[in-house]
Parts: sequence; structure tokens; C-alpha cells
Amino acid sequence: MTGRPAAVRHDITLRVNGAPHTISVEPRRLLSDALRHDCGLTGTHVGCEHGVCGACTVLVDGSPARSCLMLAVASEDVEITTVEGLAGADDSLSPVQQAFSDCHGLQCGFCTPGFLTTITAGLRDNPDPTREEAQEMIAGNLCRCTGYQNIVAAVLRAAELRDGRP
Amino acid sequence: MTTRLFGQRVPRVEDQRFLRGRGRYVDDVLVGPGTLHAAVLRSPHAHARILDIDVSEVLDLDGVHAVWTYDDLDGVMADPLPLLIPHPALTHGRTQFALARDEVNHVGEAIAFVVAEDRYVAEDAVDRIRVGYELLPPVVGIEAARAATHLVHDDVPGNVGARMEQHNGDAPAAIAAAPHTLSLDLTIERSSCQPMEGRGVVSRWDPDTSRLTVWTSTQTSTGVRGCVAARLGLDLAQVDVITPDVGGGFGVKINHPWPEELLVPMAARALGRPVKFTEDRREHFISSAHERGQVHHVEVGFDDDGRVLGLDVTFWHDHGAYTPYGLIVPIITATQLLGPYKPGAYRVRFESLFTNTVMVTPYRGAGRPQGCFVMERTIDAIAAELGLDRAAVRATNFIQPDEFPYDHGLVFQDGRELEYDSGDYPASLDKLKALIGWDDFPALKAQAAAEGRRIGIGLACYVEGTGVGPYEGAHVHVETSGKVKVAIGLTTQGQGHATVFAQIVADELGVPLEDVEVVSGDTRKMPYAVGTFASRAAVMSGSAVQLAARAVREKALRIAAEALEADVADLEIVDGLVQVRGTDAALALGTVAVLSNPLRYAFDEASKAATQFAVGDPGRPPVAEDDEPGLEARDFYSPQRATFASGMHAVIVETDPDTAEIRIVRYAVVHDCGRIINPMIVEGQIHGGVAQGVGGALYERMAYDDSGQLLNASFMDFLMPYVTEVPDTIEIDHLETPSPLNRLGIKGAGEAGVIPVSAAIAAAIEDAEGLVITAMPISPSELHALRQSKETP
Repeated sequence: MTGRPAAVRHDITLRVNGAPHTISVEPRRLLSDALRHDCGLTGTHVGCEHGVCGACTVLVDGSPARSCLMLAVASEDVEITTVEGLAGADDSLSPVQQAFSDCHGLQCGFCTPGFLTTITAGLRDNPDPTREEAQEMIAGNLCRCTGYQNIVAAVLRAAELRDGRP
Repeated sequence: MTTRLFGQRVPRVEDQRFLRGRGRYVDDVLVGPGTLHAAVLRSPHAHARILDIDVSEVLDLDGVHAVWTYDDLDGVMADPLPLLIPHPALTHGRTQFALARDEVNHVGEAIAFVVAEDRYVAEDAVDRIRVGYELLPPVVGIEAARAATHLVHDDVPGNVGARMEQHNGDAPAAIAAAPHTLSLDLTIERSSCQPMEGRGVVSRWDPDTSRLTVWTSTQTSTGVRGCVAARLGLDLAQVDVITPDVGGGFGVKINHPWPEELLVPMAARALGRPVKFTEDRREHFISSAHERGQVHHVEVGFDDDGRVLGLDVTFWHDHGAYTPYGLIVPIITATQLLGPYKPGAYRVRFESLFTNTVMVTPYRGAGRPQGCFVMERTIDAIAAELGLDRAAVRATNFIQPDEFPYDHGLVFQDGRELEYDSGDYPASLDKLKALIGWDDFPALKAQAAAEGRRIGIGLACYVEGTGVGPYEGAHVHVETSGKVKVAIGLTTQGQGHATVFAQIVADELGVPLEDVEVVSGDTRKMPYAVGTFASRAAVMSGSAVQLAARAVREKALRIAAEALEADVADLEIVDGLVQVRGTDAALALGTVAVLSNPLRYAFDEASKAATQFAVGDPGRPPVAEDDEPGLEARDFYSPQRATFASGMHAVIVETDPDTAEIRIVRYAVVHDCGRIINPMIVEGQIHGGVAQGVGGALYERMAYDDSGQLLNASFMDFLMPYVTEVPDTIEIDHLETPSPLNRLGIKGAGEAGVIPVSAAIAAAIEDAEGLVITAMPISPSELHALRQSKETP
């Protein structure tokens, strides 16, 4: 085997939480790695790198997406929202974030960003979920600490808190 | 008046960072250019001799900085990793090398270490390393280990690392004389912790100060610090270990040093650049630790009431390829198996066996889930044999509330007597029966049966030794702003330590909770510490925090009494103000901090009050002979022995007559961890423990094939519970039996939730199906097979 040819890099601009980030990446770079290591937005966490755990979930044009299953170079023409983009402009917690605090919906906090983004989108689509719908909303995300009891409670609490809000 | 925070459902202070994405986990440290990234070449074979390693093509690759194999390791770095907890019975303990020397003993064992510009390039480089192997026959599973047709280590006869026996009384004689006897064979499979964040290490060598900083996702920063200094030939004073936010531990991160915890600092020093290693999920499955795998044989003798007269347990513990954590897991199984019961005589013997699989170190519960499963299955079998109520047989065998302290006549995992400090098992059972509706269940079951449905109920009891020594410490410092900085030495990984210890300090010092900041796991702030394991943080650090805060309070009152010309007995601290009761005379705690530190130089307005022309008696030294400057104190808590928490779970399951699907209908927990600092956090620990227990009971297992390949080394195939797999509701009732061993009366709560789950669910399935369950976890396929074998014996 000979030496690998010099890696091709692409200059791309990601729009994350409303701000542009111009970075230079290899074609193979995962969006999760680009967000964390190139944009410095380390709130998005990587738990499995095969799309099962949901910790790396971000919002792509408002819809939940596993950033470990996306390439950075393919993420240029979308609006990306990470956990850092959920709080209000005055740094106040969003209804979903506040609900997690109220309900003890997190312990180690590692899976939390993926739950927060998932539920933020979920409540936008279904603002008044039943308990069963709340469970379904988070059924694609793994948490090893909480046993999910308080996360389900947080979904329902967030629905109350955001009542009437977009 | 300030409300006492101890016992309140105080929201967690750490959530504010986590919820905004501002947690700082190990892979978040030193993000940016300049940091190099490591990848590890791991063995693809379960058992092989390494003939040669060719790294010649690695350094040709753009972006690769260095590669290490065993031959590149110097001095003590080339020695086997430490055997952390030696034991006289561990006659054949073995540990791995930081990089394999001439033999690999499990798939995933580290062979070479590459450092490159980024992880992608480092992994490209790993792919270019060529290793010649001579394959050796692998030993997989307890049966193969016991047969010893092949050996894991040539110099370990029979694959037996340890043989151990403990007894209290003459169990074989008691069984021989008993009116009834039973034999049981029981099995628990392997599982693992699987924190959402795997292991990770970052290190930076500072050539200007000749100091090394290591950030690691660990459960013991002081343990890692000692190992790093020893192996890298550094003075302890040159090494700082910082535990950042940790994305879950559950036991796997108490083992140390992992090879990468030594290789990363070594590389950082050698290359003069920060180096980072972040484990990926597959690596976590094949190169971190597992637990649980045991096979038990039970002989038991009992009377007509089901009272256990003699219990004789023999078990085989699969400890994998290496034994860095000694015999802690099987010793805990052997001792904690007894739970809340007092058999007339007890003997336990075990063999701890080598296999060519990932090594075994504690996973939440640490040997107790197995012991609990064995004891509770035995009690259920006795009840079935005699046709007695299962709860009644348990009650017959309980240690009674007036029998504490109760000495089992055995030696526990900390080398001290297995002596229970307090508990009230009959009260727990009453609460549990009421909570689940135990006495009403037969009617419910009959009604379900009439509808063609199968439901069953089970219960299981446990006792958990928590808060083992040797010690923990705390440092409490009141700054001149009045803010209180608390440092504890053990680490935190989601248990809410920053909140519960702040509650204790706020109560002791009379300051608002928001003025207290707790830092954990940073050897710069608290160099003496042990670690976070054995549900010990609340008991150990909580007690130390209280002692240190109390010392600060006493000093604050002494200084304030002098300044206010009042008697200490007349002072109180409320909301950060030291005041003379019933008067307006008061001093802010921050001002007391100013006065505690006689100054020559003022650095701000407040500090002017402490300068040499402002305070002090010219006739006396500014700092008295037996005093120190500053409003701070450090203290340590070291108990004589562990404190014993307890609890009981009951579960109702429904099994599908056609598909054999197993569904949890109700789940109830009665939990006694002594005085509760924060019920919200304790309940969260129980929820999480139960969920992990459900995983262990119904879904999770390590699927090794005969060649030692782990077939399900991903979250795709290793079935960790989602929300859809856990009980819809976990009903909880608390009992608070204070521990007499610490001033706060607390016992540990971290591991408890997981311990009795397999035992309780097995009992419920047995009740629903009328089949004897002897092995967990159990899948629908296995339940189906059991049904078949019953129909066609």
C-alpha cells in the first residue's frame, strides 16, 4: 500500500443556531464531529455513532436528525439547531429545558441534548400529547440513567409550559 | 427563618449547565487545533500469540505523529497493569499490559496506539498495522473454563484464578439434619454498564512547569493520578487529574488505569502536544469491562415453616481474561446473597475463572443481583415445595428489627465484618404487600385466567452494604464575597452531588443554596480521596462535607463573637448573616471571612477591614498559635464499617400465551436508605436502577460465539431498554431506618434499584406460567422453549 493521497478538503459553511460557521472538512467528516470539533459546539453528544442512541440528535430545518448519520459536506443548505440554540435570547430556558429541570428529567446529562431537540420538535408537531404519545415521542432515544420515568413527565410538563407558545 | 434543605426535593443545580449544552465532558475538553487524537489497534482474536507487528506503513501517512507497540514502552510502562485489590485467595491473578506483549486474551485487547492529527487519520493508520498471529484455542463461557480442556493463561492451572470459602456454622450438617431439602442450579448471564458516554482521556504536558494535566472520564481521579505518576516516573506533585462531567459510570469507570489512561499522558509528554482518546461504542463493548456471568449450585435444608436451617452455595464466577479488580464481585455475591435473611448455617464456596472474554469489574449492584437472584429463587422454591405463601416464608427468615447490629459471621468486601447496622425488614414487607396488593392478587389472577390471560406476581428482597471506607474528605471555604466553595475528592457522574452536598452545607452554614458551589474529582482541590463506587458518595462525602462545614461554622461564630463582642452561644447564622439572636447586631459571613485573614495589603474595599491598622490586638500574634488564616476547613470521614441499606421489589407481569412476550404490568419498590437528603434524586436513582434491572432481566446479554467474538457489540444488537421496555410507572414507598454509623443517619442509594429486578421478574414469570425459571435474562424465545420442554419432556 502506498501513502494516502493528500486528503481532499472542502470549505463549507454550516448555519447553526442562526450563525454561519465556515469550516474546512474532509468529505467523510460526520456532521456530529464538525459541530463538536470544528464549530466548537460540544453540546451535541455522540453516544454510539451508528444512529441508535439519539444523543447526537439535532434539528435540521426543524426536524430531528441524527448528526452522526449525516456528513458535514451535505449539511450546507439547511438550518441546524443544536441544544445550544434552544434557550431564549436572554438565556432563559425553553419550556422543554425548564420541564427537564422541574421533573428531574436528567442525571448525567449526556443523552439530554438529543432528548431536548427531539421533544422540541415533537411538541411543535403535537402540542398536547397523551402519556402514550409522550412515550412514543422519545421512543428512539436511549438514556441509561433515568429509567425514562421523569423524561416522560417532562414531556407532559413541557406541553403545559409551552401552552399557547409557538 | 431558613428552611432546612436536608430532606427537600431541591431541584438540581447542575441541570442549568447541562440543559444549555454547557456540560463539559472529557471529549469537550481542549477542543480545537493543536490537540492530537489517538486510536488503538485491538485484537481481532480472542486468544492468539503475537508473532510480529509491522508498523512500517503507518508513519508514511499524512497527519500521523507517532505509533507505539509494546516494544516502545519504557521502564514500568512495560510492566503489567496493577492488580488493584490483591486478596490472599486470588492465587493466580493476572493483568494485561498497556499494550499486549506477546499474547492477546480477548477480542478488543489493545495492541498498538497511534496518535494523529484527527481521529479519522488515526483510524486509517491503525488499519495499516500488520500483525502476525498464531491462533490459540479460546476458552469461552463458564462451562469451557471449568472443563479446562484449554487454558487462558498457560501458567494458571484449571483456569482458576481464585478459590474461596466462607462459612458460619456447619451448613452441610444442618442440611443433612433438616426435615426438607432442595437442590437448585441457577445461572445469570453477562451484561455491562454501557454508560451513554464511553471512556475517554485527554492530557496536556506543560513544559514550562513540568506538570502533567489529565482529564479522564473516571470514577476515581486520585486512583488515576497515583497510577499515572508511578508509571510515567513523575512525582505525584507533578500530576493533576481532573474529572470533568462524566456521562454515566455504573461501575465500569472505577477500574483504572485503563491502558489509554497511561498511554495518552505518555504520548502528550513525548510529543509536546495535547492528546485525546475517546472510546467509541464498539470499543466500549469489546475493551471495557463486563459483569454478572455466574453459575450457582444451591443445597438448602429447611423446616416445615420454610425456615432455612442450612444453606450451602457453590458458584463459578466468570472474571474474563484479567483480574485487575481482584475478587470484589464474587466476594460481594458470596456475602450479600444472604439479603435480609438469617439461615441457621451458611457455607459459600466459589471459583473465579479465566475466560478469553472481556474482563469483569463491578457493574451497578456488583455481584448482588446474582446473589439476590440465587437467594430469592431458593426462598421461592422452598415456598413452592411446602405450599406456603412466598411472602410468609420470607418473613419467617427475616432478621428482626431488635436483632441489630446483626453479625453474619462473614467477612465483607472491605475486609471487615459483615455486620448489618440497622433495618426493619418486616415493615418493608408490609409496605410492599400493601403497595402491590399482594393479598388481593390471587383473585386478580383468577379473573385474568378466566379471560384467557396469564399474569403472575413476584417479589424479591435485598440488603446492600453501602458507604464502604476507607475514607472521603471535604474542603469548605467561605470567600470574602460570602460565596461558599466546597471540594470533595470523589467524582460525580449524574448522581446530583453538586446539589445534595450543597444542601448539607447550606443547612450547616446557614447560607442560601445558590451561594454554595461544589466541585468534585479534581485532585488539585482535594488530593486525598478514594472514589465513587459501592453507593458510597452520600454516606462518605456527605458526612465529610458536614464535618468540614461544621468546623467552618464554629470558626465563623468564634470570629464573629469577638467582632460583635457577643457570646458564641447567642449567635446564629441565617441567610448568610451571623447575627446576635434578638438584636440587630449582625455580620455578613463574607465579612467574617475578611476578618479571618489578617492582611498587610488591601486588594478591594472589603479587605481593607482586615489590614494591620484596622484590626487585631497589638499585644497578640495576628494569627493565634493554634489557628490558621482563612474561613475554611478540611475534614475527613472514615467509618468503622459499611452501612446496610435494604429494599424490596414486587412486580406483576403478563405473558402472552401465543408469542411468549413478557410485559411488566406493575412495578413496586419499597426502599430504605436511611435518612434521605433529596427524595427526588433518590427516586431518580431507583428509576434508573430498575430500568437497568429490567434490561438485565429481559433483554441484555453478551452474545459471545465459541470463537470468542462478541456478536452483539453495538446498540443495534445489544438490547438496552428504551422507554418502551421499562414499566409505565414505578410505584415507590420509602422507609427511613437511620444508620447509627454516621451523624446524618444516611445509607447509600445508588445501586439498589438494579439488585432485585431479575429475581422479582423471574418469580413473576414463574407464577404466571407455572414453569420453574432458573436462568436470567429470559427472552420470549427462551420462554417459548421452556413451554415446549414442559409439554414434551
